[in-house]
Amino acid sequence: MATVETRGVKKYYGDVVAVDGVDLVTRDGEFLVLLGPSGCGKTTLLRMIAGFETPTAGELVIAGEVVNELPPRARKIAMVFQSYALYPHMTVFKNIAFPLKAQRVAKAAIPQKVEWAASLFGIGHLLHRKPRELSGGERQRVALARALVREPSVFLLDEPLSNLDAQLRASARDELQQFQRRIGTTTIYVTHDQVEAMGLGDRIAVMRAGTVRQIGTPQEIYHEPADTFVARFVGSPPMNLVQHQNYVLGFRPEQFLPKGSQNGIGNVINFPFRVTRVEYLGADRLLYGTLGGAFSDQKVIARLPSTVTVDIKPETTYDFTVEDKELKFFDKSTDLRISARPL
Amino acid sequence: MDLRAQTATTTGGVARTPRRPMSIIDSERWLGPLLIGPAVLYIVLLVGLPFFMALYYSVSNTTTGGGTLGFVGLRNFTSVVGTPKFQTALKNTFVFALLSQAVILVLSNALALTLQKDFRGKWFIRFLILLPWVAPISIGTIAWLWIFDSTYSVLNWTLRMVGLIQGQGFMWLGVPHLAMGSVIAVHVWRQLPLATVILLGGLSSIPQDIHDAAAVDGAGFWRHYFQITLPLILPISLVALLFGLIFTFTDMVIIYNLTRGGPYDSTQVLASLAFYTGIAGGDLAEGAAIALFLFPLLLAVAWGFLRIAHRTEVT
Amino acid sequence: MMSERMKIWGGQTARWSILGALTIFLAFPFVWMLITAFKRTGDLYDLKHNPFLFYEPPTLEHIQRLFSETQYGEWLLNTALVGVLVVIITLILAVPAGYALARLTGQWGEKLGIGIFLTYLVPPTLLFIPLSRVVVNLHLDDSLWSLVLVYPSFTVPFSAWLMMGFFKAIPKDVEEAAMVDGYSRLGAFFRVVVPISFAGILTVAIFSFTLVMQEFVYAVTFISSVRQMTVSVGVPTFLVHGDVYFWGSLMAGCFIASVPVAILYNFFVDRFIAGFTMGAIK
Repeated sequence: MATVETRGVKKYYGDVVAVDGVDLVTRDGEFLVLLGPSGCGKTTLLRMIAGFETPTAGELVIAGEVVNELPPRARKIAMVFQSYALYPHMTVFKNIAFPLKAQRVAKAAIPQKVEWAASLFGIGHLLHRKPRELSGGERQRVALARALVREPSVFLLDEPLSNLDAQLRASARDELQQFQRRIGTTTIYVTHDQVEAMGLGDRIAVMRAGTVRQIGTPQEIYHEPADTFVARFVGSPPMNLVQHQNYVLGFRPEQFLPKGSQNGIGNVINFPFRVTRVEYLGADRLLYGTLGGAFSDQKVIARLPSTVTVDIKPETTYDFTVEDKELKFFDKSTDLRISARPL
Repeated sequence: MDLRAQTATTTGGVARTPRRPMSIIDSERWLGPLLIGPAVLYIVLLVGLPFFMALYYSVSNTTTGGGTLGFVGLRNFTSVVGTPKFQTALKNTFVFALLSQAVILVLSNALALTLQKDFRGKWFIRFLILLPWVAPISIGTIAWLWIFDSTYSVLNWTLRMVGLIQGQGFMWLGVPHLAMGSVIAVHVWRQLPLATVILLGGLSSIPQDIHDAAAVDGAGFWRHYFQITLPLILPISLVALLFGLIFTFTDMVIIYNLTRGGPYDSTQVLASLAFYTGIAGGDLAEGAAIALFLFPLLLAVAWGFLRIAHRTEVT
Repeated sequence: MMSERMKIWGGQTARWSILGALTIFLAFPFVWMLITAFKRTGDLYDLKHNPFLFYEPPTLEHIQRLFSETQYGEWLLNTALVGVLVVIITLILAVPAGYALARLTGQWGEKLGIGIFLTYLVPPTLLFIPLSRVVVNLHLDDSLWSLVLVYPSFTVPFSAWLMMGFFKAIPKDVEEAAMVDGYSRLGAFFRVVVPISFAGILTVAIFSFTLVMQEFVYAVTFISSVRQMTVSVGVPTFLVHGDVYFWGSLMAGCFIASVPVAILYNFFVDRFIAGFTMGAIK
């Protein structure tokens, strides 16, 4: 049973609060993403789980054992750093063999294990090169192979894709997920990129200012956000939030369509929409504008797929609609999600 | 699902993880002091302790012959301060330090500027420039002794050839003010390489963009130098200056080997006077007292430096 | 434009003249050492001869006399022995200290770093008086061991500071990776950090060696018998017999004691400056 639990974990640096009470339980074998803007505490949390920072309060439990007093090497974890942290003076083979040597694995068994790990990532032909001779993608795979070779209980990854070119990132993401499914090791992945999080995670923990605002599957996070922060952090362009009476109304840009263009058959709510700018992006059009009527001049964005061919001109007001069931309601002062209200 | 069971068969052998809790080699709190402790201990024993001993000697009547360690108060200080020997040495110390540093400041800046751009043979030129710094001080000084020799000085010969002087030439080390000039020249000669290399390091850390921007803005050579370059290398220049001052205030090797403090004490400084009194003369107490006058000087230099460094963000 | 060209040309001339003049100023004594070492005595002391020209063919007699009639060879060995021993002691003390300063200290580390630096404010010309007494009491007077004991006091502070600069340049996460992979922090230090900074350690070793070679004050205070002298003391004190200076042998001795080490040092200067500036500028 290789799960990770944080019980009321806090981390203060003097007066600065980095992590303010996080209770998290991973499921065995899942890919959990810690998502949030910089400074939200996700990296600090990961480093506490790894053992590089000691919690100011709370307990860390790995595979059923409280590990607060254990150094990193005793926690049965493996970590991939943002910069990969390959040992520059060693060959790829030695890099991957390093953890095995440190754990005193029998010398005879080492080459076999190294080749096994290397072959899983297709880098068997690079074993005699040094890190400086490798490309970014190759280095990332060496880092993964080195993490894998010890067969740890938990993988910790700290934004390992951020150093790759944008094109490489998508394919690297794909490989990473397939690999994790195959191996089945519990993985905790830190990123600030919500696209990455949505694509990779079995569950996502959205963090802000040291606390977890919501933890759930990508669908839950996207369609049922727990508060306005989560609602706007995930999704691009972000969810439209509109003040109305004594609550806040939310709807996503792709749900905000011209009258008559909605797919569903449910009830719709009307919004007068004065378009100020149109961005033609090929697969979509983004319309920027303001709402009229009871929603007086609040800025919103609509996203029309190319299949909606309605002609839209700037400086014109149109009737737009949102399906009744897609509207989200949030409390004005607490920002938390509340149940539906009559409008 | 037990991952280990699954993969054990494929890889034949499972890594064991040690279960030891945090020991001292993991603890950041204790590892630091443990690693730095021996060095600190060594320094305290071989620098701190003798320093306090020197303090005590200066208020005692110790001699090299062993003798007593009787406390005599400030008698050593008061008796030595009044002597012309001491006052000359004190004056000379300042003259040498300040004059040589001034010359080094100008020359090192000029030299560093000329070395900025790469050129063929730069590596060799740099080797030549470093020689005075790497050679043992006493060795380099002996070479100058030969160059300044009253009969065979190659310097005099060259000056005669060029027509600048007639006759015998200068007694570089035999005439009081000339001797001072010679000593200062050797100080400059010895220290110029280090100052230049340090400045070069500072110059190379200025991004080329800044120079380009100044060129576009129309700055001429001198304006560019004084208003752009110089302020940016100020922190590291101060470091070079600090080292230079410390060295010149406390050096006795050059004087000992070049002039022995003569002629007529005109090149005697506090450091060399302390040596002659304490070791050669055997009066440890008075020697210590003289040497201790150096310390407030150095403290003042260090304090001033730290103040300025603090403002320009240098450790 | 004409004046632009003149400016550039004038600038170039100024640059090369300054470089030339100062290079000659700095390097000339060594050239002079070399010439004097090979000139026959008659040629050397003849005032009518041009000192830069060889009127008689060059000779090896000065060098031969240096090694056969003086203890120069022994002095070289003494210096080498003391140098190697002191470098070993320095590395053992300064490398861990530098690491501690770079990684393991917070508040008090900054102050300690400055404190170590400030030990250079207490110079040998102050300490040599009490230390001469200590050396006598330890029965190390007139022995090379007195130097081996005392020299680390000035090589260690600066070496620790240099090593701190080199260690700071190594990214932290390589150490952390080693810690995750199974080593303690100390283990990571020995197995990863030290191998990576090997070039820096070598630089510190060479720098310390040159400091040892150059030292004069302690050597002249603690050691009096000729056979125990180092080169730095032996050459000025012993090769001078009364008022007669054997300049030929003297200059040969000076050259051998300075130039070879300078060549070695030249290879490491860049690294030295890098470590120095890393430690000096935050």
